Amino acid sequence: MKLVLVPHALMAVALALSQPAAAADYVIDTKNAHASINFRISHLGFSWLVGRFNRFSGTFSFDDTNPAASKVKVEIDAQSVDTNHAERDKHIRKPDFLDVAKYPTATFESTAVKITGEGKATILGSLTLHGVTKEIAIEAERVGGGNDPWGGVRAGFAGTTTLSLADFGIDFSHLGPASKEVELTLNVEGIRQ
Amino acid sequence: MLIRDTATGYGLATRLMHWLMAVAIVALFVLGLWMVTLDYTSPYYNLAPDIHRSAGILLLILLVFRFAWRIANERPADAELSRFEAAASRAVHWGFYPLLLALMASGYLISTADGRPIEVFGWFSVPSLVQKDGLEDTAGLVHEVLAYVTIALAAVHTIAALKHHFVDRSRILTRMWSGPPAS
Repeated sequence: MKLVLVPHALMAVALALSQPAAAADYVIDTKNAHASINFRISHLGFSWLVGRFNRFSGTFSFDDTNPAASKVKVEIDAQSVDTNHAERDKHIRKPDFLDVAKYPTATFESTAVKITGEGKATILGSLTLHGVTKEIAIEAERVGGGNDPWGGVRAGFAGTTTLSLADFGIDFSHLGPASKEVELTLNVEGIRQ
Repeated sequence: MLIRDTATGYGLATRLMHWLMAVAIVALFVLGLWMVTLDYTSPYYNLAPDIHRSAGILLLILLVFRFAWRIANERPADAELSRFEAAASRAVHWGFYPLLLALMASGYLISTADGRPIEVFGWFSVPSLVQKDGLEDTAGLVHEVLAYVTIALAAVHTIAALKHHFVDRSRILTRMWSGPPAS
């Protein structure tokens, strides 16, 4: 058994040396739009209304060998909300909802990463939205990563979380009881720096 | 019944357009202020903006026609006005055209900023010509400010007309109602 284990251990060391061993910094590829921040909210309980934020930026650090040490930070331009309907977007930017004149930026900064399974983690962090900062948990999974065809190294993740709008001081009550929560879906591809 | 305007008074077409637009402009202003306060579950939440947009487009068509009509017609004389009054009234009267045009254009730009057309009472639709990120916000602000400016100008216009009627005891106001005197 020992004889078998040693080559395996050596191979693991060799692999670790050939790969980036330490945590590497990544910039989220918003320039070429390999990342998106999407949301959906119930419309009257009848259907899902889908929207997204078109402008955001962010960075993360990620280490294959110690994923629990990963960190992520994202800044979102609240003005860039897009539900494919200009009049609705105009209303969402007003004080009734996001009040982007007063709160132009939403931010998320991770505080801890808990590994929950193979390629899966819960990212805890503070989300500041509508001027209110709350702790949230994002269920994240590693989608893939490695060398891209253009000489760079990339890592990609997907995450979901559900926000209660009342927690962030946004009064959606007149939209009806079906529309109190919004689901966020995050797709992030980072380019290693 | 005179359709066209003459040196002594306004014909039927001008008078009809004047009062129709006066009522429509005030009604659209009030409708606009009211509709943005409506709750999402109000039965008028979709209907009120539909009527506002539709009536606005019809008013824009009427405005263009009225401008052409004004150019093509003789202008009744304002001999009884002082130099200042004559200059001020010209500024107010001609000021309404670019102001209303900009007001209606900005409203059009809000609703069409994402490429959607404006449906006019389901009779016809006006296509979107300009799409730009955030255009709806800029156009919205312009629309709101110009709406107040329009109502302010209409108030000046109304006060001046009442002054000519009650203080100067001239025919300025009544000629917009009853047309040129029979000669």
